[in-house]
Amino acid sequence: MSKDDQILEELTSKEYEFGWTVDFEADEAPKGLNDDIIRFISAKKEEPEWMLEWRLEAFHAWLKMEEPVWANVHYPKVDFQDLKYYSAPKKKKSANSLDEIDPELIATFERLGISLTEQKRLTGVAVDAVIDSVSVATTFKETLGELGIIFCSFSEAVREHPELIKKHMGSVVPANDNYYAALNAAVFSDGSFCFIPKGVRCPMELSTYFRINAANTGQFERTLIVAEEGSYVSYLEGCTAPMRDENQLHAAVVEIKAAKNAEVKYSTVQNWYPGNKEGKGGIYNFVTKRGICEGDHSKISWTQVETGSAVTWKYPSCILKGDYSVGEFYSVAVTNNYQQADTGTKMIHIGKNTKSRIVSKGISAGKSQNSYRGQVHVMKRASNARNHSQCDSLLMGDQCGAHTFPYIDIENQSAQVEHEATTSKIGEDQIFYCLQRGIDAESAVALIVNGYAKEVLKQLPMEFAVEAQKLLALTLEGSVG
Amino acid sequence: MDKIAGQWIIDSLEIQFEAFEKSLNGQGKSAAHQLRKKAFESLVSKGFPSAKSEEYKFTNFTKAIEKNFDLKLNSEASDLTAESIQEFEIEGLEAYRLVFVNGVYSDSLSDQITEDGIIVTSLVDEFKADSKIIANGFGKIADFESDAFLALNTAFSQQGISIQVADKAIISKPIVLYYFGDAQHNEVSFHVRNIISTGKFSEVTIIEKFDTIGTNKSFTTIVNEISIGENAQTQYFKIENDNEQAYHISNVHARQASSSNFKTFTFSLNGAMVRNNLNIKLDGEGIDTYMNGLYLLKGKTHVDNHTVVDHLKPNCHSSELYKGIMDGNSKGVFNGKIFVRQHAQKTNAFQSNKNILLSDTATINTKPQLEIWADDVSCSHGCTTGQLDMDALFYLQARGIKKDKAKAMLLHAFASDVLETVANEAIKTYLENIITERLEK
Repeated sequence: MSKDDQILEELTSKEYEFGWTVDFEADEAPKGLNDDIIRFISAKKEEPEWMLEWRLEAFHAWLKMEEPVWANVHYPKVDFQDLKYYSAPKKKKSANSLDEIDPELIATFERLGISLTEQKRLTGVAVDAVIDSVSVATTFKETLGELGIIFCSFSEAVREHPELIKKHMGSVVPANDNYYAALNAAVFSDGSFCFIPKGVRCPMELSTYFRINAANTGQFERTLIVAEEGSYVSYLEGCTAPMRDENQLHAAVVEIKAAKNAEVKYSTVQNWYPGNKEGKGGIYNFVTKRGICEGDHSKISWTQVETGSAVTWKYPSCILKGDYSVGEFYSVAVTNNYQQADTGTKMIHIGKNTKSRIVSKGISAGKSQNSYRGQVHVMKRASNARNHSQCDSLLMGDQCGAHTFPYIDIENQSAQVEHEATTSKIGEDQIFYCLQRGIDAESAVALIVNGYAKEVLKQLPMEFAVEAQKLLALTLEGSVG
Repeated sequence: MDKIAGQWIIDSLEIQFEAFEKSLNGQGKSAAHQLRKKAFESLVSKGFPSAKSEEYKFTNFTKAIEKNFDLKLNSEASDLTAESIQEFEIEGLEAYRLVFVNGVYSDSLSDQITEDGIIVTSLVDEFKADSKIIANGFGKIADFESDAFLALNTAFSQQGISIQVADKAIISKPIVLYYFGDAQHNEVSFHVRNIISTGKFSEVTIIEKFDTIGTNKSFTTIVNEISIGENAQTQYFKIENDNEQAYHISNVHARQASSSNFKTFTFSLNGAMVRNNLNIKLDGEGIDTYMNGLYLLKGKTHVDNHTVVDHLKPNCHSSELYKGIMDGNSKGVFNGKIFVRQHAQKTNAFQSNKNILLSDTATINTKPQLEIWADDVSCSHGCTTGQLDMDALFYLQARGIKKDKAKAMLLHAFASDVLETVANEAIKTYLENIITERLEK
């Protein structure tokens, strides 16, 4: 066996680190999807009438839609009637402090590396943890509250800030936007809500952790971030799931609104269970993420590190409506074994002098397929729009594929749009250079891949960057010699 | 079930296909006709591309045809004479001329080619004889399932020529195919099919030129199936400078054998709606492929270039350069696909698409697309859209050159990247003159 094969073997036999489950008592809805299930979810969440109506409307719209098939991914059809749409860890009453939370839950988060108590003290990152669809703990609420920042679970926001939810929910991603967004709107169980008032600079990173625990559940969370005039917030999102043979479904919606001079930075490290080395199991990750730069000089920046999921279908987008607004998209997508990723972004230039930048780095190994799909659309009145896109692919092994589908649609003559893409493998000369200097092949690969992804990784907040680098090394360790 | 797009056209075509079959007499049972039947059945079941079809997303040909044509497939005879077509010929080009009028090959207007190593025959005769050329070349490279208009052409085309170049033959003069649509009295529509095969170590240049005389509408489809032998050097030009009423769909499908060199040049200068499908399969090792294109659009012209280069075997090189200048209400569409299959290691594939928009009502939709299944490759694509460099313009104006003239100079320089790749002086000069005239007007 050659060294390449050996290393590949090692790599493919690597176990998913977060693949355990915890048996807490869960409060679940029966399998299936119909009006009654939606009423059940809504009742469980003690939602007001208007929320239920919104859900039902979305559900009826969903029934008329067809599952999209245009993405470059192949998977057996999801049986939407065979899923549970609600699963919550049982708790006696709503918890006011961390002490009242099920100790087993806290242990769970400690295993995930997000010890809520410790993080509260040490890192100064406010965390909202969502397990099987329900937000279980939010830290640092009081500190944030003093600044007027609202950071809480979505259901809490529905109860306590209905006027904000009514005003903003569905305004960026309408309930009938697409198949999975409609499904999410109908059955979403929880998520996070974040509101930054005018002129406030959020002093800490806000973070959400998602975890699917129970079997046969779909996780449908909804995140809504509203940044008022002149505010700033950096938001992090992370996710894991246990190992299971069946495929599980995750269909989330993220909406961001940035008013005049506001800036929102959204970072994701996605590490759902990718399935085993034969491609069995894993999460279907069908996510709709969209932000709108409503005011002038506003900015939305997406950074994502995608390492998990069996199938990913995700296009964080920016609508650049305000003049001089800026949209950014930085992405590293790593696929291995039988993973399939179809990811990219949309930059819709509507306002004048808008700018966008796309940096996408794809790495495919094993038998995986990795696609970049993006659109840059400069509308008629978007004078002096500027875009630069760069998407590079790195291939490891001759059984994987890298695909690029950029759509560039320009309707204004003053637009300046550039797109470049390359596909290559790690150069033998690069490896040789490292070997010569006493760096072994495996470290050399890690070094080169890290350098390759650096442009994106450096966009991540510090805490995340370390984790992302570790993840990258873990997924790819020694995949070429 | 959804209504298929273009149902109305298909209904009209079904009657015509039946009539066509009846007119065939003895030929109805031939393999070629079976293929036609299959192509037509595929067209009937799939329909024409709708607005949702990915390949025709920005170019709704189906709607344009429904709106503009009653799609009678056979045009009337025309009385064009040698004199009336002279002005459309490429000046100063020493070449063999083959002339089609309303899609019918005209013996009297064409040159007789007597050179050794090349045989040119009319496809009408070949179909009648059900010859080897048809058996080996008709529908063998161009798969009608890939495009509805290719299926339409496969089902209905009877006219066309076959060019067979023998091994080691170096053809002394380029071969020019002139297509004239006589739209002086009525609208025209025709469907032409050519089968071209070049032998080992042969060299040949083929030029296609499209002109419509008169102001009526025209609807034409052309399919070229080109098989390129080992070590052969083949050049293919397409010069499309029709009137503003021309609806034109071209399909060029080529397959290259080992160590061959194939250069294509596609110039789109005028028309109502033009679609060029260029599809090249690199079916051997050590192949070189060049695809160059220039689209210079104004008014309401809509030009769509779809290219596919499919690397099937290792150690090949392909390079693509398409440039466009859009003015007025024109619309440019570019889609360049590069496929590198799993076995095609050590592939080098490059693609570049550059566009300039000169007016606020012109649009460009471009989609450079890479799909790669092999790991040891070097592939890249680049794509830009912008306007003239203001600094360069200022530089020229500061030296006393009028703004209009300076603009023309810059645009000319932009276009010359593509023009420079044309080796034949006469063709280059001819194109340069058209472009200069257009830019300085």
